[in-house]
Amino acid sequence: MPVITYRQALNDAFAEELSRDENVFLMGEEVAQYNGAYKVTEGLWQKFGSKRVIDTPISEAAFLGMGVGAAMMGLRPVVELMFWSFAYVGLDQIINNAGCIRYMSGGLINVPMVIRGPANGGTNVGATHSHTPENFLANTPGLKVVCPATPYDAKGLMISSIRDNDTVCFMENTLLYGDLGEVPDGAYTIPLGVAEVKREGIDVSLIAHGRAVLTSLAAAEILSAEHGIEAEVVDLRSIRPLDEETILNSVAKTHRAVLVDENKPFCGVSSQIAALLAEQAFDELDAPVLRVTALDAPAIYSMPLEKLQLPDAQVVVAKVLSSF
Amino acid sequence: MARTLSLSSKPKKSASPSKKKGVRPVITKKVTKAPAKTANKAPAKKAAPKKSDVKAVAAKKPAPLSKAPKAAKVTKAVVKPAAPVSKVSKTSTDWSKDPFNAKLKPAEKIGFLREMLRIRRFEQQALKHYNNGAMGGFLHLYIGQESVAVGTASLMNGKDEIITAYRDHGHALAVGMGMDECMAELFGKGTGCSKGKGGSMHFFAPDKHYWGGHGIVGGQAPLGMGLAFALKYKGLKGCAVAFLGDGAVNQGVFSECLNMAALFELPVVFVIENNGYSMGTSLERSSAIRHSLASRAEGFDVDWSLCGGFDLYELRANLGAVMEKARTKFRPHVLEVSTYRYYGHSVADANAKKYRSPEEIERYKTECDPITLWEKQLLKEKVITEAGIEKINAEAKAEAAAAADFAIASPWPSEESIFEDIYHEVDHQTEAGQTGRHFFSE
Repeated sequence: MPVITYRQALNDAFAEELSRDENVFLMGEEVAQYNGAYKVTEGLWQKFGSKRVIDTPISEAAFLGMGVGAAMMGLRPVVELMFWSFAYVGLDQIINNAGCIRYMSGGLINVPMVIRGPANGGTNVGATHSHTPENFLANTPGLKVVCPATPYDAKGLMISSIRDNDTVCFMENTLLYGDLGEVPDGAYTIPLGVAEVKREGIDVSLIAHGRAVLTSLAAAEILSAEHGIEAEVVDLRSIRPLDEETILNSVAKTHRAVLVDENKPFCGVSSQIAALLAEQAFDELDAPVLRVTALDAPAIYSMPLEKLQLPDAQVVVAKVLSSF
Repeated sequence: MARTLSLSSKPKKSASPSKKKGVRPVITKKVTKAPAKTANKAPAKKAAPKKSDVKAVAAKKPAPLSKAPKAAKVTKAVVKPAAPVSKVSKTSTDWSKDPFNAKLKPAEKIGFLREMLRIRRFEQQALKHYNNGAMGGFLHLYIGQESVAVGTASLMNGKDEIITAYRDHGHALAVGMGMDECMAELFGKGTGCSKGKGGSMHFFAPDKHYWGGHGIVGGQAPLGMGLAFALKYKGLKGCAVAFLGDGAVNQGVFSECLNMAALFELPVVFVIENNGYSMGTSLERSSAIRHSLASRAEGFDVDWSLCGGFDLYELRANLGAVMEKARTKFRPHVLEVSTYRYYGHSVADANAKKYRSPEEIERYKTECDPITLWEKQLLKEKVITEAGIEKINAEAKAEAAAAADFAIASPWPSEESIFEDIYHEVDHQTEAGQTGRHFFSE
């Protein structure tokens, strides 16, 4: 199987869908002639032309709203945000329009749009460029939220998201764009709402999404090698819809859960998982549910301190050990 | 390298900075009267526009597009809110002779009257029940502005798309939505056009090219641009008309839209329904103006013009021309239409009679009412008789009353329906809709 980057996996997904469906188009800042600020759309403008791959001005509210309007009419916009942090100037369009129009029209309208881009901290760019809004977009019924951790998942989930008839907020990670992984040629789909056990274990469940999955896998190796603890790593992949069954099955097996999350702790994704476990896995638990999240402060600029703000493997290991 | 979006096959515009030949409305007289801008001036004392203001507005009226003088220097001037354009009209073009009006058949003209009366009687009926407490929410009445929605709907070609903000009942009825479904929506009933999920501000009828009905001021503007984008993308010969109020032009996204509509050469017409008040704040207290609200388009190389909205002929002539230009030339346009609402921003507007004088409202009712003006016009043309008008009026009243009866008799939506119409995939029970948990309450 070909080994390609997370970035290339996304690029391949766009090329597949642009070729398959003429209603699919990409737009965003620098996506066409500049080849993408993070080169995720590299080469697509040359291949598909200006009708299908469109540079926009720096006007997030306007181009997100234009995407919603075009999607209402049956097109399938894939709208890039250079950073998900920039969505904040266009949230009216995402939440009020993409998220609520179907409901407010009594089901007369749907908005088959993908809004995508990186949503991560840890890149030394300060608070305004380091937001992780998966929790509050998943807080809007009507929106779907996807956070792939690997190249294979990125391609399959992107193709599913483009084909989905609802708005999908697709959150990538600049720190993962260069990661390599095995990815099949051609189109394949990974359904939204299906988590994956990325590592089998019996002693504790590490439940994570996005880059925190990789942190959890690293922590699991340390736990195994140094402490004889076999951790199971559950990758949520999609936040909404959420695969609760896989989470509950894992905790029923391990009886311990540590939630690893680059989201902030207050009402973060891990809060929702903790509530789920409290409600539905109380009798399975041999220890309190614990969390490792981003530190609860705006993303700091200073590089060594920023590294402390996001979960790393050693912190996860320490948290797991505290649960025994 | 040329700009990237090239949806049409026509050649790109020249990048030459030279000013294209004028289609701009141009100010020829300087307005000497200073605008009342001081914050300490009590709004309640604000008088109706004086004669001198009316004159000034007349001077600023745009020349017909074909006759516009060449780019003259724009003098700093002020447009008073919602000037009584009927007076202006007397001294300007006879719009009935305009190509968009000249061939209208008597039945069509009577149809316009019927539609305007239906909107008014519908809203008066709704107001009665709102005041009785039978419905909640907000009720933003369109009464006084009916000519704009009816005129627009009459110009739609079957491919054109329209979208508006929260003052949306008039547009809904004008495009052909039924009174029953609209009234039931106001009552929050399951038979409502949005099954009781949208309310007054959120009427939609995609099958009638009507895309809402949007509650957030200005938020619909980029959606309108998206409708135009989709038309062009699909190669359809239609345009999108996106309505917004005079308050909405101050939302940042509207300026973003002007830029993008021009850059992408989209077939969109932004219609500013200028009723003079941004909720309770008059135009002059809410908008910094050089010439008009529409003239802000100038900086984005978007064409713009002004027109009176009280005379249906004038509205049709002006809007018809710019819609056709959008459809055929992919030129966006901003059309500012003078209009007036008799009621408050919404019925819940506690200060509806405080920020403007009762005399001002009365003057508009007696001098500028679009229905009265149209009735007079049709009587003058001998297209209809007084008795004919009364018959239509009685029918509209009866239809509105029947719609209220229908709404009252209709059931509430079922509790189960709370979780319907959120995700398309769930509603259609697709594999995607049945994978993973979508809703997180019991």
